[in-house]
Amino acid sequence: MVELSIIYDKVRFEEKVLYEKAQSKGVKVQIVDGKTVAISTDSKKKDFSFGDVIMQRSVSHYRGLYLTACLEHLGFSVINKFKVAETCGNKLITSLVLSGSNVPTPRTQFAFSAEGALEIIHKTGFPLVLKPIVGSWGRGVFPLRDEETAGMVVEMREEDDSPFARIYYVQEMINRPPRDIRCIVVGNRVVTAIYRYSAENEWRTNVARGGKAELAPITKELEELALKAAKAVGSGIVGVDMMEDKKRGLIVHEVNNTVEFHGAASVSKVDIPGAMIDYAVKIAKK
Amino acid sequence: MKSKVECQECGADISVPEDAVVGEIMTCPDCGGEYEIASKIGDKVELKTAETVGEDWGQ
Repeated sequence: MVELSIIYDKVRFEEKVLYEKAQSKGVKVQIVDGKTVAISTDSKKKDFSFGDVIMQRSVSHYRGLYLTACLEHLGFSVINKFKVAETCGNKLITSLVLSGSNVPTPRTQFAFSAEGALEIIHKTGFPLVLKPIVGSWGRGVFPLRDEETAGMVVEMREEDDSPFARIYYVQEMINRPPRDIRCIVVGNRVVTAIYRYSAENEWRTNVARGGKAELAPITKELEELALKAAKAVGSGIVGVDMMEDKKRGLIVHEVNNTVEFHGAASVSKVDIPGAMIDYAVKIAKK
Repeated sequence: MKSKVECQECGADISVPEDAVVGEIMTCPDCGGEYEIASKIGDKVELKTAETVGEDWGQ
């Protein structure tokens, strides 16, 4: 019998259904609070009873990332791998990886000071989008539509003590319908795809921002692109986010590690957690 | 059966559903305080103060 550990720091809908699905599939599953795990350089794999495979589901990116590094060091198979989590957890690195793998992605410029950011913004013209390189749920994502707003947003960034606030990620604003597409990729399969519509008076499409989900068809173009993007970041269980550019077609703007699928599960008939557990079992048997 | 736990902040009753699991977040209906289920054995539930949302939270 395959033994699976699901590491969490806060149990959400996703962790609950993954746990229940694993049980129903006859997998010996336990949920482990990542906040209580302690590992040292002297630790050995046998000191821990995490089973054959671990699903890293921490909501805190850095907690999940560094705990995964420790677990991989001990010899555990973790979904997703450290390298995947590291790439997906940083928008700048993700953009470089996507671009390097010839995955169509929005044109993005990087600057490393407020002056540098204002210069590229001024040279490029509007509209643009300023995003933090680390962060989720649409936090800190600003549309820049004129010089005045851009100046104020950059000034506000300067007040932020985080070292990441000094790194500016300035992206073209894609001419798209008021929605984007979230594709859930498990291994080499696109399990489901949903449109995410922006909530009223909101331009961001994140479900965490009240965005509404609707089933999207998995076209050949979408499938190929989602798999290419997932492969570019190292594969595993990921959420590939795309926009429909009115001229260029589908373009990938983000790949998510520790993918949330509450919105997708509410509209998709596909057994999303089931596909994830089957994948974990496959990894365990490798 | 739902369990009831007293809010450490305001003393109100927090109802914990039967199917709630360890690690889930409960919110006090009166003061909005957030608690994580630390342990749950039968209808005996212990809560601890939940972590606040971090800058790196999300997917």
